[in-house]
Amino acid sequence: MSVPFWSQTVELAKSDLRSELRAGEVLAITIPFGAVALLLIPFAIGTDVPLLRQIGPGMYWAVVLLFGMLVAQRRTASEGQGRRDLIGMLGVDPAAYFTGRTAATAVLIVAFELVLWPVAVALYDARISGWAWTGLLIPLVAIGLALLTTVVGSIAAQSRSGQTLVPLLVAPLAIPLLLAATQVHEALRLGKGILGWLTLMVTMNLVLAVAGVVTARPIQEAQ
Amino acid sequence: MVVPPLIQMRGIGVRMGRTPVLRQLDLSVAAGEVVGIRGSNGSGKTTLLRTIATLIKPSEGTGEVLGAGLDTEDRYLVRPRIGLIGHEAALLEALTLWENTAFVARFAGKTDDDAAAALEVVGLTRARHRAANDCSAGMRRRAEFARILLIEPTLLLFDEAHAGLDSEATALVEHVVKSVQAQDGAALVVSHQEDRTAPFTDRVLQLNDGRLWEAE
Repeated sequence: MSVPFWSQTVELAKSDLRSELRAGEVLAITIPFGAVALLLIPFAIGTDVPLLRQIGPGMYWAVVLLFGMLVAQRRTASEGQGRRDLIGMLGVDPAAYFTGRTAATAVLIVAFELVLWPVAVALYDARISGWAWTGLLIPLVAIGLALLTTVVGSIAAQSRSGQTLVPLLVAPLAIPLLLAATQVHEALRLGKGILGWLTLMVTMNLVLAVAGVVTARPIQEAQ
Repeated sequence: MVVPPLIQMRGIGVRMGRTPVLRQLDLSVAAGEVVGIRGSNGSGKTTLLRTIATLIKPSEGTGEVLGAGLDTEDRYLVRPRIGLIGHEAALLEALTLWENTAFVARFAGKTDDDAAAALEVVGLTRARHRAANDCSAGMRRRAEFARILLIEPTLLLFDEAHAGLDSEATALVEHVVKSVQAQDGAALVVSHQEDRTAPFTDRVLQLNDGRLWEAE
């Protein structure tokens, strides 16, 4: 009996999130570390409030990117041979597997972003009006980062040094996301348009989604 | 009417990098047959099972498993009809045994009741809320038996069948193999404990240095 694509996707995302809740690595380890990273930067810069206000969005998105990579790294580590065999032999559609894993990762990154957002607002004295756009940026960045880390994580899982490779590959590829997210805040501060930056993020997400779905089968078979 | 064999391989060779692991291997397994495979460590037993499971593409030769060519896309379609129990337990580690079994049930088109019944058969009902990574090797093996009972494979591939099992669980190996055989399926069973597999195997093959022949 063939299970519909979206049922497979939901089932896989649910099992991934359940695993994460049990292991608690993102919630219990990554989020506190992210908060500490945000806290350290003002100490290094000093109490220059205008400067903190100016760099706040950039620092926030840089921390999201760096710790988003950690989330992906841990998830790559959980991709053992046994799990891959189970998924392969159950006849799971590789595209559904990719979509389910991406969805679960995106949810985790959104949780990370939401918890750190008020921390960043408080520490960097950011103007709430500008940060309101974060409501749109949070899911866009989370989906982009999740797509990117899932594609890269799947490729890296084939290598013995997979976990080390993830940040090395993700960091440069995530630059457009980081740039666009930061520039949206900068454009708002200067009263400029943000459509171009949002288009960049949406385009990147679409390209990554298509690439991920198209390469899902070859990547799975290469493992 | 002639029933085609479930496994038909001719001149199969598999290389891992430059190292040949399987060489010029011929194999035919008919429906209803249970074949034992023996061989020393590193002889290629696991690679053979993974090749039959279509997880490894042969470097040379031709073959069909459940009617699907090993080098065609049809092989993806027959995978759900193949039950592979490998060295590494095919479990979602942080999930409980119940969640693992229910997960398999959903992909196999079975209900939660079926999953509960499978856990009952393999004696894991009381331990169903334990996380897979908190279970002993024997319990993890039992959980894999539950998976096999749920997917009802036409072809069972069993690596190191008796590893980590107590005497009670050893009887489950035979139960699982016979449940596949009873539905006109076939099984390949790798075990270092031939005295335990002898009662239910029809013939034994010897694998040495990547070459396969009928054992005496």
